[in-house]
Amino acid sequence: MTFELSHYNAALLFALCASTVFGITQRTTPRDMFRYGSYCFVVFAVGVIVASWLMWAIKH
Amino acid sequence: MANPQNTAAVSQRSAKTEAAAAGSMGTIAPIAGWLVPGLGHFIQRRWIRGLLLMLAVFVMFFAGLGMQGKVYQFNTGDLLDILGFIGDLGAGLLYFIARAMDLGGGNIHRAVADYGTKYIVVAGLLNVIAAVDAHHIAIGKKP
Repeated sequence: MTFELSHYNAALLFALCASTVFGITQRTTPRDMFRYGSYCFVVFAVGVIVASWLMWAIKH
Repeated sequence: MANPQNTAAVSQRSAKTEAAAAGSMGTIAPIAGWLVPGLGHFIQRRWIRGLLLMLAVFVMFFAGLGMQGKVYQFNTGDLLDILGFIGDLGAGLLYFIARAMDLGGGNIHRAVADYGTKYIVVAGLLNVIAAVDAHHIAIGKKP
């Protein structure tokens, strides 16, 4: 079985799973868990875009 | 009428029993959580947290295998290979099953396979974080 994902989708799936674990383990109440998990997900997703533009800028 | 001395003795005994139970759970929960992702939370009746942790680790591990990522085996060579093995080992039984079934051979011809390798390592590391969380719940450090 092989799994085809684009680079960005792979990064998003990574962000989703890592954010879920971070949210649950780093906060105590369900509300805080959800908020922190969402925050981590956004940071991951935006960070990937920023990093890719930085790499593009370095190349050009 | 209850004797105050008897009441104090009973409450002292029950506190000792609870402490002993928490002590054994403090050992069992992280080991169970390491072996099977989420199990450390399940045995403490944290059903939703356990299920979400299990899903996150399983999805990462199997997506990594699906992307033809590499499962490291014990080695004493390159430092990154050793660290990769330690990370993979964090996935517990998933790692041993993958090794037993000879999965995770890697594929250097696919760029996404390298992502897969990282997925598998991170699945193990996330599982270790989840197991530590189960320990914290067991010792009462976290609700």
